[in-house]
Amino acid sequence: MALKAKDLKVGDAHTARLVEDLKRTQIVQYAGASGDYNPLHTDEIFTTKVAGYPSVFAHGMLTMGMTGKMLTDYVGDARLTKFGVRFTSQVWPGDTLDSTATVKALTEKDGVKLVELDVETKNQDGVVVVSGYAEARVD
Amino acid sequence: MAAKTFPVEASHILMFARSVGDDNPVYSDPEAAAKTEAKGIIAPPTFAQASAQFDPGYFLRPKVGQPWFGSGKNPTGITRAPGGGGGGGGGGGGGLHAEQHFEYHRHLKPGDVLTATQLPGRTWEKEGKRSGKLVFSESVTEYRDQNGELVITAKGVGVRTERPVDAN
Repeated sequence: MALKAKDLKVGDAHTARLVEDLKRTQIVQYAGASGDYNPLHTDEIFTTKVAGYPSVFAHGMLTMGMTGKMLTDYVGDARLTKFGVRFTSQVWPGDTLDSTATVKALTEKDGVKLVELDVETKNQDGVVVVSGYAEARVD
Repeated sequence: MAAKTFPVEASHILMFARSVGDDNPVYSDPEAAAKTEAKGIIAPPTFAQASAQFDPGYFLRPKVGQPWFGSGKNPTGITRAPGGGGGGGGGGGGGLHAEQHFEYHRHLKPGDVLTATQLPGRTWEKEGKRSGKLVFSESVTEYRDQNGELVITAKGVGVRTERPVDAN
Protein backbone atom coordinates (compact mmCIF):
# COMPACT_ATOMS: atom_id res chain seq x y z
CA MET A 1 0.00 0.00 0.00
CA ALA A 2 1.26 3.41 -0.86
CA LEU A 3 2.08 5.97 1.76
CA LYS A 4 -0.01 9.11 2.12
CA ALA A 5 1.73 12.45 2.50
CA LYS A 6 -0.82 13.60 5.07
CA ASP A 7 0.04 10.64 7.34
CA LEU A 8 3.79 11.30 7.22
CA LYS A 9 5.95 13.72 9.14
CA VAL A 10 9.66 14.46 9.22
CA GLY A 11 11.38 12.04 11.58
CA ASP A 12 8.97 9.15 11.03
CA ALA A 13 10.99 5.95 10.79
CA HIS A 14 10.45 2.46 9.42
CA THR A 15 12.81 -0.35 10.42
CA ALA A 16 13.00 -3.91 9.15
CA ARG A 17 15.34 -6.85 9.68
CA LEU A 18 16.99 -7.65 6.36
CA VAL A 19 18.76 -10.85 7.26
CA GLU A 20 19.69 -12.87 10.30
CA ASP A 21 22.96 -14.83 10.28
CA LEU A 22 23.76 -14.18 6.61
CA LYS A 23 24.66 -17.43 4.92
CA ARG A 24 27.43 -17.96 2.37
CA THR A 25 24.83 -19.70 0.23
CA GLN A 26 22.82 -16.49 -0.08
CA ILE A 27 25.97 -14.70 -1.24
CA VAL A 28 26.42 -17.46 -3.84
CA GLN A 29 22.78 -16.99 -4.89
CA TYR A 30 23.39 -13.27 -5.37
CA ALA A 31 26.56 -13.95 -7.38
CA GLY A 32 24.57 -16.19 -9.72
CA ALA A 33 21.64 -13.84 -10.13
CA SER A 34 23.63 -10.63 -10.51
CA GLY A 35 26.43 -12.09 -12.59
CA ASP A 36 29.14 -10.72 -10.26
CA TYR A 37 31.31 -13.81 -9.68
CA ASN A 38 34.15 -11.97 -7.97
CA PRO A 39 35.81 -14.75 -5.91
CA LEU A 40 36.06 -12.32 -2.97
CA HIS A 41 32.40 -13.12 -2.34
CA THR A 42 32.27 -16.88 -2.79
CA ASP A 43 35.76 -18.36 -2.81
CA GLU A 44 37.04 -18.65 0.77
CA ILE A 45 40.44 -20.03 -0.28
CA PHE A 46 41.20 -17.24 -2.74
CA THR A 47 39.86 -14.58 -0.39
CA THR A 48 41.85 -15.66 2.66
CA LYS A 49 45.07 -16.92 1.02
CA VAL A 50 45.47 -14.55 -1.91
CA ALA A 51 43.43 -11.42 -1.20
CA GLY A 52 44.20 -11.36 2.53
CA TYR A 53 40.71 -10.97 3.98
CA PRO A 54 39.53 -12.98 7.01
CA SER A 55 36.71 -14.59 4.97
CA VAL A 56 34.52 -14.03 1.96
CA PHE A 57 32.18 -11.07 2.28
CA ALA A 58 28.90 -10.01 0.73
CA HIS A 59 28.63 -7.98 -2.44
CA GLY A 60 27.82 -4.38 -1.50
CA MET A 61 25.00 -4.71 -4.00
CA LEU A 62 23.53 -7.63 -2.05
CA THR A 63 23.22 -5.37 0.99
CA MET A 64 21.80 -2.61 -1.21
CA GLY A 65 19.35 -5.12 -2.71
CA MET A 66 18.20 -6.29 0.72
CA THR A 67 17.92 -2.65 1.82
CA GLY A 68 15.75 -2.09 -1.27
CA LYS A 69 13.24 -4.64 0.07
CA MET A 70 12.89 -2.63 3.28
CA LEU A 71 12.21 0.45 1.13
CA THR A 72 9.71 -1.07 -1.30
CA ASP A 73 7.88 -2.81 1.56
CA TYR A 74 7.56 0.65 3.14
CA VAL A 75 6.78 2.92 0.16
CA GLY A 76 4.95 0.38 -2.03
CA ASP A 77 5.55 -1.30 -5.38
CA ALA A 78 6.85 0.83 -8.27
CA ARG A 79 6.99 3.95 -6.08
CA LEU A 80 10.73 4.55 -5.77
CA THR A 81 12.12 7.40 -7.84
CA LYS A 82 15.65 7.51 -6.40
CA PHE A 83 17.80 5.18 -4.32
CA GLY A 84 21.49 5.65 -3.60
CA VAL A 85 23.96 4.39 -1.05
CA ARG A 86 27.56 4.46 0.10
CA PHE A 87 29.04 1.16 1.22
CA THR A 88 30.61 2.13 4.53
CA SER A 89 31.64 -1.21 5.99
CA GLN A 90 31.85 -4.79 4.80
CA VAL A 91 29.14 -7.36 5.47
CA TRP A 92 30.37 -10.82 6.48
CA PRO A 93 28.74 -14.26 6.60
CA GLY A 94 26.96 -14.54 9.94
CA ASP A 95 25.99 -10.85 10.06
CA THR A 96 22.49 -9.80 11.05
CA LEU A 97 21.32 -6.60 9.39
CA ASP A 98 18.60 -4.11 10.26
CA SER A 99 17.68 -1.22 8.02
CA THR A 100 15.86 2.03 8.72
CA ALA A 101 14.25 4.62 6.48
CA THR A 102 13.64 7.99 8.15
CA VAL A 103 11.49 10.72 6.63
CA LYS A 104 13.77 13.66 5.84
CA ALA A 105 11.38 15.84 3.86
CA LEU A 106 8.01 15.89 2.12
CA THR A 107 8.09 17.72 -1.18
CA GLU A 108 6.17 18.16 -4.39
CA LYS A 109 7.59 18.28 -7.91
CA ASP A 110 5.46 18.88 -11.03
CA GLY A 111 2.35 18.11 -9.00
CA VAL A 112 3.76 14.78 -7.74
CA LYS A 113 4.02 14.33 -3.97
CA LEU A 114 7.33 12.88 -2.87
CA VAL A 115 8.92 11.67 0.32
CA GLU A 116 12.66 11.97 0.80
CA LEU A 117 14.16 9.35 3.07
CA ASP A 118 17.45 8.84 4.85
CA VAL A 119 18.43 5.19 4.65
CA GLU A 120 20.77 3.34 6.97
CA THR A 121 21.57 -0.35 7.36
CA LYS A 122 23.46 -1.54 10.43
CA ASN A 123 24.95 -4.85 11.50
CA GLN A 124 24.51 -6.63 14.85
CA ASP A 125 27.25 -4.46 16.41
CA GLY A 126 25.53 -1.24 15.37
CA VAL A 127 28.10 -0.55 12.63
CA VAL A 128 26.61 1.24 9.63
CA VAL A 129 27.24 -0.90 6.54
CA VAL A 130 25.16 1.08 4.06
CA SER A 131 24.23 4.73 4.28
CA GLY A 132 22.15 6.59 1.75
CA TYR A 133 18.90 8.09 0.62
CA ALA A 134 15.75 7.30 -1.29
CA GLU A 135 12.90 9.24 -2.81
CA ALA A 136 9.44 7.86 -3.52
CA ARG A 137 6.07 8.99 -4.80
CA VAL A 138 3.40 9.21 -2.14
CA ASP A 139 -0.34 9.83 -2.37
CA MET B 1 28.32 -2.15 -17.00
CA ALA B 2 28.35 -1.97 -20.72
CA ALA B 3 25.76 -4.49 -21.84
CA LYS B 4 24.90 -3.97 -25.48
CA THR B 5 21.37 -5.21 -24.95
CA PHE B 6 19.88 -6.29 -21.66
CA PRO B 7 16.70 -8.35 -22.11
CA VAL B 8 14.64 -8.15 -18.91
CA GLU B 9 13.14 -11.59 -18.27
CA ALA B 10 10.67 -12.86 -15.67
CA SER B 11 12.78 -15.83 -14.57
CA HIS B 12 15.82 -13.60 -14.09
CA ILE B 13 13.74 -11.19 -11.98
CA LEU B 14 12.49 -14.11 -9.87
CA MET B 15 16.02 -15.40 -9.26
CA PHE B 16 17.33 -11.93 -8.48
CA ALA B 17 14.50 -11.22 -6.01
CA ARG B 18 15.15 -14.55 -4.29
CA SER B 19 18.85 -13.76 -3.98
CA VAL B 20 18.17 -10.51 -2.10
CA GLY B 21 15.63 -12.29 0.12
CA ASP B 22 12.64 -10.47 -1.32
CA ASP B 23 9.50 -12.65 -1.51
CA ASN B 24 7.19 -9.84 -2.69
CA PRO B 25 4.88 -11.52 -5.26
CA VAL B 26 5.17 -8.44 -7.51
CA TYR B 27 8.51 -9.96 -8.59
CA SER B 28 7.31 -13.51 -9.22
CA ASP B 29 3.54 -14.04 -9.43
CA PRO B 30 1.88 -12.54 -12.54
CA GLU B 31 -1.65 -12.75 -11.09
CA ALA B 32 -0.78 -11.20 -7.75
CA ALA B 33 1.37 -8.58 -9.49
CA ALA B 34 -1.50 -7.63 -11.82
CA LYS B 35 -3.54 -6.60 -8.79
CA THR B 36 -0.86 -4.17 -7.53
CA GLU B 37 -0.22 -0.61 -8.60
CA ALA B 38 2.58 -1.96 -10.81
CA LYS B 39 -0.14 -3.80 -12.82
CA GLY B 40 2.19 -6.71 -13.51
CA ILE B 41 5.60 -8.07 -12.64
CA ILE B 42 8.31 -5.47 -12.19
CA ALA B 43 11.97 -5.78 -11.27
CA PRO B 44 13.38 -4.99 -7.81
CA PRO B 45 15.09 -1.59 -7.48
CA THR B 46 18.67 -2.82 -7.83
CA PHE B 47 18.00 -5.23 -10.71
CA ALA B 48 19.77 -3.09 -13.33
CA GLN B 49 23.03 -4.25 -11.72
CA ALA B 50 22.35 -7.69 -13.23
CA SER B 51 23.02 -6.20 -16.66
CA ALA B 52 26.54 -7.55 -15.96
CA GLN B 53 25.16 -10.89 -17.20
CA PHE B 54 24.83 -9.37 -20.67
CA ASP B 55 28.13 -7.51 -20.77
CA PRO B 56 30.27 -9.67 -23.06
CA GLY B 57 33.53 -8.45 -21.56
CA TYR B 58 32.48 -8.36 -17.89
CA PHE B 59 35.69 -9.13 -16.02
CA LEU B 60 34.09 -10.72 -12.94
CA ARG B 61 32.65 -13.70 -14.84
CA PRO B 62 34.77 -16.71 -15.78
CA LYS B 63 35.05 -17.05 -19.55
CA VAL B 64 35.57 -20.15 -21.65
CA GLY B 65 39.22 -20.72 -22.48
CA GLN B 66 40.50 -17.88 -20.32
CA PRO B 67 42.33 -18.06 -16.99
CA TRP B 68 40.23 -17.29 -13.91
CA PHE B 69 41.77 -15.79 -10.79
CA GLY B 70 39.67 -17.78 -8.28
CA SER B 71 40.94 -20.95 -6.60
CA GLY B 72 41.12 -24.38 -8.18
CA LYS B 73 44.03 -26.68 -7.54
CA ASN B 74 45.84 -23.63 -6.17
CA PRO B 75 44.49 -20.64 -4.21
CA THR B 76 44.47 -18.61 -7.42
CA GLY B 77 44.22 -19.74 -10.99
CA ILE B 78 46.54 -17.10 -12.37
CA THR B 79 50.16 -16.21 -11.86
CA ARG B 80 50.90 -12.59 -11.28
CA ALA B 81 53.31 -10.28 -9.50
CA PRO B 82 52.69 -10.00 -5.74
CA GLY B 83 50.47 -7.06 -4.90
CA GLY B 84 49.19 -6.67 -8.43
CA GLY B 85 45.47 -6.24 -8.85
CA GLY B 86 44.22 -9.58 -10.12
CA GLY B 87 41.50 -9.55 -12.71
CA GLY B 88 40.70 -5.95 -12.04
CA GLY B 89 38.67 -6.57 -8.97
CA GLY B 90 39.87 -9.39 -6.84
CA GLY B 91 43.56 -9.04 -6.21
CA GLY B 92 45.37 -8.36 -2.98
CA GLY B 93 44.61 -4.68 -3.28
CA GLY B 94 41.70 -4.92 -5.65
CA GLY B 95 38.71 -2.82 -6.47
CA LEU B 96 35.65 -2.49 -4.27
CA HIS B 97 32.27 -0.92 -4.77
CA ALA B 98 32.09 2.39 -2.88
CA GLU B 99 28.77 3.90 -3.94
CA GLN B 100 25.77 3.10 -6.10
CA HIS B 101 22.95 5.43 -7.12
CA PHE B 102 19.81 4.79 -9.16
CA GLU B 103 17.29 7.19 -10.58
CA TYR B 104 14.09 5.52 -11.79
CA HIS B 105 12.15 7.13 -14.61
CA ARG B 106 9.98 4.00 -14.53
CA HIS B 107 10.40 0.48 -13.18
CA LEU B 108 11.62 -2.37 -15.36
CA LYS B 109 9.27 -5.13 -16.45
CA PRO B 110 9.69 -8.46 -18.27
CA GLY B 111 9.85 -7.89 -22.01
CA ASP B 112 11.86 -4.70 -21.78
CA VAL B 113 15.00 -4.76 -23.85
CA LEU B 114 17.44 -2.22 -22.54
CA THR B 115 20.48 -0.69 -24.08
CA ALA B 116 23.13 0.73 -21.82
CA THR B 117 25.20 3.79 -22.58
CA GLN B 118 28.18 4.41 -20.37
CA LEU B 119 29.23 7.99 -19.79
CA PRO B 120 32.63 8.96 -18.45
CA GLY B 121 32.72 9.93 -14.79
CA ARG B 122 35.12 11.65 -12.42
CA THR B 123 38.22 10.13 -10.81
CA TRP B 124 39.63 11.28 -7.48
CA GLU B 125 42.02 10.20 -4.71
CA LYS B 126 41.86 10.12 -0.95
CA GLU B 127 44.08 8.88 1.88
CA GLY B 128 42.26 6.17 3.85
CA LYS B 129 43.04 5.14 7.46
CA ARG B 130 42.08 1.48 6.97
CA SER B 131 43.48 0.76 3.53
CA GLY B 132 46.10 3.30 2.43
CA LYS B 133 45.66 5.44 -0.68
CA LEU B 134 42.19 5.21 -2.23
CA VAL B 135 41.51 5.87 -5.89
CA PHE B 136 37.84 6.46 -6.68
CA SER B 137 36.34 6.33 -10.13
CA GLU B 138 32.79 7.05 -11.13
CA SER B 139 30.77 5.71 -14.04
CA VAL B 140 27.32 6.73 -15.18
CA THR B 141 25.14 4.30 -17.13
CA GLU B 142 21.94 5.28 -18.87
CA TYR B 143 19.51 2.44 -19.56
CA ARG B 144 17.07 3.07 -22.39
CA ASP B 145 14.19 0.81 -23.36
CA GLN B 146 13.08 -0.58 -26.73
CA ASN B 147 11.37 2.76 -27.47
CA GLY B 148 14.47 4.78 -26.76
CA GLU B 149 13.04 6.11 -23.50
CA LEU B 150 15.43 6.63 -20.58
CA VAL B 151 14.26 4.27 -17.82
CA ILE B 152 17.10 4.13 -15.29
CA THR B 153 20.15 6.25 -14.70
CA ALA B 154 22.76 4.44 -12.63
CA LYS B 155 25.89 5.92 -11.13
CA GLY B 156 28.50 3.64 -9.63
CA VAL B 157 31.66 4.60 -7.77
CA GLY B 158 34.47 2.08 -7.50
CA VAL B 159 37.49 2.35 -5.27
CA ARG B 160 40.87 0.70 -5.55
CA THR B 161 42.78 0.32 -2.33
CA GLU B 162 46.51 -0.01 -1.64
CA ARG B 163 45.91 -2.97 0.70
CA PRO B 164 42.93 -5.02 1.90
CA VAL B 165 40.52 -3.06 4.04
CA ASP B 166 41.02 -3.87 7.74
CA ALA B 167 38.20 -6.04 8.97
CA ASN B 168 37.64 -4.06 12.16
